[in-house]
Amino acid sequence: MRLNCPHCGARDSREFNYFGDAKTARGDDFASTYLRDNPIGEHAELWQHVSGCRAWLEVVRNVTTHEVISVKEVGQ
Amino acid sequence: MSRLPHGGLIDRSRSVSFMFDGKSYGAHPGDTVASALLANGAQLMGRSFKYHRPRGVLTAGSEEPNALIEVGSGASRLPNTRATVQEVFAGLETQSQNRWPTLGFDIKEALDLAHPFLGAGFYYKTFMWPRAAWLHFWEPIIRRAAGLGRLSGEADPAVYDKAWKHCDLLVVGAGPAGLMAALTAGRAGKRVVLADEDFVLGGRLQSEALEVGGESSRAWVSKVVGELVNLPNVTVMKRTTITGAYDGGTYGALERVADHLPDAQGAPQQIFWRIVAKHTILAGGAHERPIAFPNNDRPGIMLASAVRSYIHRYGVLPARRWVVFANNNEGLRTAHDLLKAGAEVTLVDTRKDAHPEISCRHLTGAEVVNTRGRLGLKAVQVRLASGTTEWIEADGLAMAGGWNPSVHLTCHMGARPAWQEDIAAFVPRAGAVPGLVAVGAASGAFTTQAALRAGAEAAAKAMGVKPADTPKAEDAPYEIKPFWHVLAKGRAWLDFQNDVTVKDVVQAHAENMQSVEHMKRYTTLGMATDQGKTANIGALAVMAGLTGQSIPETGTTMFRPPYTPVQMGALGGPHVGAGFAPEQLMPADKFARDRGANWVEMGLWQRPSLFKQGDERTWRQSCDREVLMVRGAVGVTEVSTLGKIEVQGPDAADFLDRIFLTPMKKLKPGRIRYGLMLRRDGFVMDDGTVARLAEDHFVLHPTTGASAEVLSHLEFCAHVRWPTLDVQIIDVTENWAQMAVHGPMARKVLDGPAFMHFQAMEIEGVQARVFGVSYCGEAGFEIAVPARYGNALMAWLLAKAKALGGGLYGLEALNVMRVEKGYLTHAEIDGRVSHHDLGFPTPEKYFIGKDMAAREGLRGPELVGLKTVGTVKALVGGALLVEGEFSADNVVGHVTSAVFSPTLGHMVALGLLENGRARHGETVQMVDAVSGITATCEIGPPVFLDAKGERLRA
Repeated sequence: MRLNCPHCGARDSREFNYFGDAKTARGDDFASTYLRDNPIGEHAELWQHVSGCRAWLEVVRNVTTHEVISVKEVGQ
Repeated sequence: MSRLPHGGLIDRSRSVSFMFDGKSYGAHPGDTVASALLANGAQLMGRSFKYHRPRGVLTAGSEEPNALIEVGSGASRLPNTRATVQEVFAGLETQSQNRWPTLGFDIKEALDLAHPFLGAGFYYKTFMWPRAAWLHFWEPIIRRAAGLGRLSGEADPAVYDKAWKHCDLLVVGAGPAGLMAALTAGRAGKRVVLADEDFVLGGRLQSEALEVGGESSRAWVSKVVGELVNLPNVTVMKRTTITGAYDGGTYGALERVADHLPDAQGAPQQIFWRIVAKHTILAGGAHERPIAFPNNDRPGIMLASAVRSYIHRYGVLPARRWVVFANNNEGLRTAHDLLKAGAEVTLVDTRKDAHPEISCRHLTGAEVVNTRGRLGLKAVQVRLASGTTEWIEADGLAMAGGWNPSVHLTCHMGARPAWQEDIAAFVPRAGAVPGLVAVGAASGAFTTQAALRAGAEAAAKAMGVKPADTPKAEDAPYEIKPFWHVLAKGRAWLDFQNDVTVKDVVQAHAENMQSVEHMKRYTTLGMATDQGKTANIGALAVMAGLTGQSIPETGTTMFRPPYTPVQMGALGGPHVGAGFAPEQLMPADKFARDRGANWVEMGLWQRPSLFKQGDERTWRQSCDREVLMVRGAVGVTEVSTLGKIEVQGPDAADFLDRIFLTPMKKLKPGRIRYGLMLRRDGFVMDDGTVARLAEDHFVLHPTTGASAEVLSHLEFCAHVRWPTLDVQIIDVTENWAQMAVHGPMARKVLDGPAFMHFQAMEIEGVQARVFGVSYCGEAGFEIAVPARYGNALMAWLLAKAKALGGGLYGLEALNVMRVEKGYLTHAEIDGRVSHHDLGFPTPEKYFIGKDMAAREGLRGPELVGLKTVGTVKALVGGALLVEGEFSADNVVGHVTSAVFSPTLGHMVALGLLENGRARHGETVQMVDAVSGITATCEIGPPVFLDAKGERLRA
């Protein structure tokens, strides 16, 4: 799988670490920490480009087909 | 000899010899082992998996199920290599496999006589009682009896590599469609990778007597390949199999760099590529399928396309008297070519309405119903349209059962192929792999003209350029009348490799294996090295006949990567032995190596564990001496592996105050504080010191092994949680060499800052950061200099320490001293402890994980110190703490770290114990059930030395 990092361009997924449902980024209360969606289809996720620019990215990805719909820096 | 007087893509001017089963055979460069053996009149090349039936080649390609051989000798011996793809070279050693004592006389051929008892499911039903006998008795016997080649049992001495490639267009297969695709994109300046598993490009154009653009197809291929290799934007990869299709246009590819050479001469044997392609054209051609009829597996019976390959490409006529058995026009083509090569031919066509114009005997509406010849075909029995049967003497039989497009890659991402009725075959489903288009025979377009045109057009469309002009070529229609198996008495093979016959599929169906997937698993159809490339569709057709459903209703078979077998060595690449993982060396690594350190791995880091001296024989002797040296005088050790993260910016103090449970806002510049940070779920993430270098500049020292997690956590908080805070984070772990100097004499080595103070100092002209911190409990410093000065700083420190009666020490001694002091590491911070458990109060202020840590359930066993009070003096890390009888219910904690303290003269340990803080002074049992040690321990505070910290401040 490849992700199109807004800073570095398209890179193989092994350059990135996966941190799950993007909703968990909101806080450190119970819901943000533990409750996450597990949808079929499109899913907004957090990834970090650890072997690149180290930016935190919000990736919308179809978890069934692995199609990457969008990649943006968190907060942009 | 079966070599034709001329023709073929072999270099007749040179001869090479190679060994097969201890006998030397002559060959020409350009031969495969299979073509060379056939040229020498040797048709017998292998034994079947289950019945040990004698077998010859079925194909001339990578889909070969029968002719599996062992290549090489000794540690290099590689089993299950297909003789049809192994190129011959001088000195090549090969042998047949799965036979004993010889290929011609195999004792286990007796199993073939027992075939009525050995059908599908035989083992499951027969060897059930007694239960234990299967595992210990029957299975080992059966495993030895069945099987493919033998592994050498030794480490593979070959060197493998892995690499990446990127391109605009990946073309899979260099037949007519692939060449036109590569030409179209290549002429337009696009980055093209053209990969073909063969060592000769051209695909079927090299294996047929065809014309393209008014010249021979071989001449046309040479011209096109000549143009392609001269285009700087085109990479032509021969001997490269695209093994799998993956997400994002990524493909696995195996390049056999040196399998055809006597000596790799320093090159890797194979390279496993990952090719990232914006677009892909699958032009992998098609596989011809056999027809199931009784005894269709004898040496000399092969696919019609293979016969034509051996004639045209290798200049070999594998037999003299042929029967060609076909259900489509390929039979006629094969008969023509055989006649032209000087063979006798009888054409048997299952189609009643076929009226071939050919000058040989041809039988329409006829079927082959049996064959004779144990080690090689002798005669073929044909049932004529009239119903009468007749034996025809023949030593060769060509089967043309139709073509299956090579849809394999298009299934790798989960899509199933679609049935196309007019060609009676599965074709790739559009969009099966994003960015991939199948063309030519791989898409079911079987004429040369159609393949040439489709290749050019697909590449033009994908690249947005003009297609290359399509040359004129053969465009005869492909007419097939599906015919899968002959109804006659006797075993008719569907899967040659796994010895699955029509009877086995019938039996699986009779036993209610309704799904194709069940049938496959019950009969083992489509398994092992060929993955059913020649078998699956035939079996599906038989199953469809039994269920009364159409083939697409019956199901399809899934193909998964890899397309052809890939050696584990190639997947591992260079990551074996010492290269398995990178080694991280500390800046003063050389200094410690020069002084004969013993080493220990900490993650990827290599750290000195101790420095043996004099006649010290055990690690404990060295460790004890080093501890006493530090406690008595001064010791020096490198601690560069410690994380070093700089946090800068106007909001840095506010940021860290939120990160750490420990308040950080009021930390003064030039001071250091010990900090604990929690994960978002309230458990402790890590501890470490935080130095405030300036108002807006901090340095964090997270634990070596937790540094990556801490860095990511800090970046998450800065970037995602609180993006409005003005703070920058950078990891400088590898930029600084950091040395620890501790002991009562440390201040004589360097007059540095007081305990928990920071000072920027100049040491011998080098700017150093000196931190008044200690992990061993003695006064002293950690001194950081730019990494390139690491060795020099160590030399400078050691000279001074030695003059004071001190010296070097390693990680073992450091660990002993930190346990004596009750300092934590990740043996204690194991991801399941809260700050309550470690004895830290909760401050008023906010910090990450505060609310989650307040949950009642997070309170667990508490950190305590343990020492023995009974006769057993041993403490063991990881041992359980037990109240009363040893049972799972009575476990109340565990030992996290245990060491012998030379300072105190006995063992000390840290542990996590339920309600531990309230139990100081009481005893608890330590049980190590593994080594059978039980000891009575006294519970106390987790500190054994200098509880007030007076030594630290000295």
